[in-house]
Amino acid sequence: MDTVVLSMENITKVYSNGFVANKNVNFSVNEGEIHALVGENGAGKSTLMKVLFGVEKPDEGHIYLRGKEIHIDNPIVAIKSGIGMVHQHFMLVPSLTVAENIVLGMEPRKKGFFSMERAVEITEKAAAQFHFQVDATAKIEDLSVGKKQKIEILKALVRGARILILDEPTAVLTPQETKELFIELKNLRDEGLTVIFISHKLNEVTELCDRITVMRAGRSIGVQEVKNVSESDISRKMIGRDIQLNIQKTRAKPGATILEVANVSKNSSTSAKKALDSVSFRVRRGEILGIAGVEGNGQTELSESITGMNKDFEGSIKIGGLDVRSHSIRQTRENGLAHISEDRITYGIVGDGSIEENIISDRYYKPEFQKGPLLDFKKIDALADGLIKDFTIKCDGRDQPIKMLSGGNMQKVVVAREFTSGSSLIVANQPTRGIDVGASEFIRNKLVELRDNGAGVLLISADLNEVMELSDSLIVMSDGKIAAYFEDAGSVSTDELGEYMLGIKTMSPDRIRSVAGND
Amino acid sequence: MTKSIAKPIKTPKEVEREFNLLRVLVGMAIALFIAFLIILLISKTPLAALESFIIGPLTTLRRIGNIVEAMTPLLFTGVAVCFIFSANQTNMAVEGGFLLGALGATIGATVFHLPPVLHPLVCMLLGGLFGAFACYVPAILYVKFNSKPVVSSLMMNYICMYIALGIINHVIRDPGAGFPASYTFDETAQLARILKGTHIHAGILIGLAVALFGYLYLYRSRRGYEIRMVGKNMNFAAYSGMPVNTVLMRSQLIGGFLAGMGGAVEVLGMYTRFQYQGLTGHGFDGILVGIIAGYNPAMVPLAALFLGYIRVGADVMSRMNDIPIELVSIIQSIIIVLVVAERFLYKLKHRKLVEVAHKELAREEVAAHE
Repeated sequence: MDTVVLSMENITKVYSNGFVANKNVNFSVNEGEIHALVGENGAGKSTLMKVLFGVEKPDEGHIYLRGKEIHIDNPIVAIKSGIGMVHQHFMLVPSLTVAENIVLGMEPRKKGFFSMERAVEITEKAAAQFHFQVDATAKIEDLSVGKKQKIEILKALVRGARILILDEPTAVLTPQETKELFIELKNLRDEGLTVIFISHKLNEVTELCDRITVMRAGRSIGVQEVKNVSESDISRKMIGRDIQLNIQKTRAKPGATILEVANVSKNSSTSAKKALDSVSFRVRRGEILGIAGVEGNGQTELSESITGMNKDFEGSIKIGGLDVRSHSIRQTRENGLAHISEDRITYGIVGDGSIEENIISDRYYKPEFQKGPLLDFKKIDALADGLIKDFTIKCDGRDQPIKMLSGGNMQKVVVAREFTSGSSLIVANQPTRGIDVGASEFIRNKLVELRDNGAGVLLISADLNEVMELSDSLIVMSDGKIAAYFEDAGSVSTDELGEYMLGIKTMSPDRIRSVAGND
Repeated sequence: MTKSIAKPIKTPKEVEREFNLLRVLVGMAIALFIAFLIILLISKTPLAALESFIIGPLTTLRRIGNIVEAMTPLLFTGVAVCFIFSANQTNMAVEGGFLLGALGATIGATVFHLPPVLHPLVCMLLGGLFGAFACYVPAILYVKFNSKPVVSSLMMNYICMYIALGIINHVIRDPGAGFPASYTFDETAQLARILKGTHIHAGILIGLAVALFGYLYLYRSRRGYEIRMVGKNMNFAAYSGMPVNTVLMRSQLIGGFLAGMGGAVEVLGMYTRFQYQGLTGHGFDGILVGIIAGYNPAMVPLAALFLGYIRVGADVMSRMNDIPIELVSIIQSIIIVLVVAERFLYKLKHRKLVEVAHKELAREEVAAHE
């Protein structure tokens, strides 16, 4: 009864920066199964799926749908062939209603004009057929992330998708929303649909999926029935070696306060709600304060305010006693700030620059790197070479354009700069997002090492495992407010965190206030 | 054992670099090739025309002199463009800056009376300041009001033109000259001729010095590093703590100053009075030179030489044969289109990268088996 519905053979994809994302990859899925595609970030899962959905053109290889070869030159062909994809970043128009988004590009007409009733009808019929609960007339911007994701799935189904690709769907969901999603996906499978589930969270894979394909470094390592393998088997295949999943760290020894955030509020640029609503906390030297929360609940605005990138906020922020608002970014940095931005490509690096140019951007002007009126390239070269070695950055040399590196190595260049500036406060916003396990592990260990050397660390991360593993104390943000504060991050369970993240529970103001240190 | 697979494989970095150079060279070659085709099509004596185009510029000392004279102002505007475009500002007021620079030098050379050496220096300083003003206006409009310099600088060029012509015609016009022109320059202000039988003047030496200065500033100093980083990614520069607006202003003021200095050097070296009747095109030529040079001042002399050479070639050809001098404009436009087209030769480059990747894969495979 296992009929192969789709197979990809010998797919090779080389990106224009020379990175080989897929190397002779074979991949096939059966009708009516949930098939997991797992691998580290950068293993080539997303690329393979982009090839399947017609976003990227393979340099070699063939794709067969129900035994017949097809050429998927663009997503329209993919959709016509019954392949639907739900991207990590939603492709929805926020200002339109659910129904309008569902029928986008295939709008029903009445007398030549768009018919809202028919759009609602289509949406409700589809929702009923696939057991989704949606309000067809709600606006997208008012929906939660989990709901938006449902709309995306429904959108693909309405277009006749029989094969559904979900690219890391749970990355943006709370534990509760994830459970709901799994029930819906199992329903779809029972209707005979095929689901390709991309993930690197192994517990989800074993819970949800039937078969699993593991990818590593651009190759497919093998296909297996999920019931025949253990999580540690999969993990070993993914990484190629056993890795230690737990960070070794001692208890924090907090010292003097290094960051003081007092009553910071900020209006949202996109909605009437406040992006930050009287947020107060402090970070001391020698501790890691984690901020957990679903993305888009004020973390971005908070980190921009603290690091001086955006000074349009109310309240006060002091780093080492220096008011951030009235000082330039350079002054703040000289006063001890290091900053890992969540948006690596926009802020963290200059893509056309060399590795060396990226490393010296925060210190090129210092007297030690000058020789007369010119830069002392002997010293700068030595610095770059040293950091490339210390941070095990894989590259062809310090003058290689950084855009040619993998995400993990790019991030290593960023941390090589930020972790060696002698800073006393490190604001690390999603420091390991989108990079491989090896580099993540390296960066996490470095953060702990810097803490032990007396720096304060503010860790903002949507990766629950990461915040829970690294943080000494923990804040949960929801709707621009601090929803909870745990002095001992080790004492919290994921379920509990999830409830605070969703805004189901909120701590009393008194308990939250203790985070600001004025208890 | 790795002996069997020790053959070096090109890294993607090397492929990338190779193709950046190749793009420029192939662009120039294609442009020349098309020019030849046009010559073949329209000329009755194509071979003679081709000969005078290619070899013509080298046949007499005077013509060689013409090449150097043509490239001299382009050194200044070319380096000016390197500064401005490295900061990713499409400020084309170098064109107006060049003319204002000529005006500034004219004022210096007719109003002031100073000893030699000092006099041209003062004129160049004045010209530079005038040129800096031309670029300042679009620059400050962008920094303060986010108005894109593409538009404002083109408008600024006309403002510069009318300022220059207005002052020449109404304030320092020599009624004795039979055409609209300024009074003649003091002899102390004029730049010395340095080669007999040609009009080559000291400006070429100043221009080469400017190119050297430009290279050291942009690629070897901290201020130049700032300019390039701001140009490549403004957000990154701000995040790293660079004073972005200051850097933007500085790059354009220096660029404007150099363009103005070029205008000053050109009138002081080539003419005895200001006699332009409109914009001269030296600024736009400077943009072409800058693009061919990849915004690296060290490459500007070569690019300026190339442009000067085909200019003189076309000139010789048009005088000796039946080909109009406008042919040069065709060559220029093709070069610009091909050199700035990032995806030009992209397929070839991609194939090369796939090949490199394959070799790498094969090597990995071998290594895995051993």
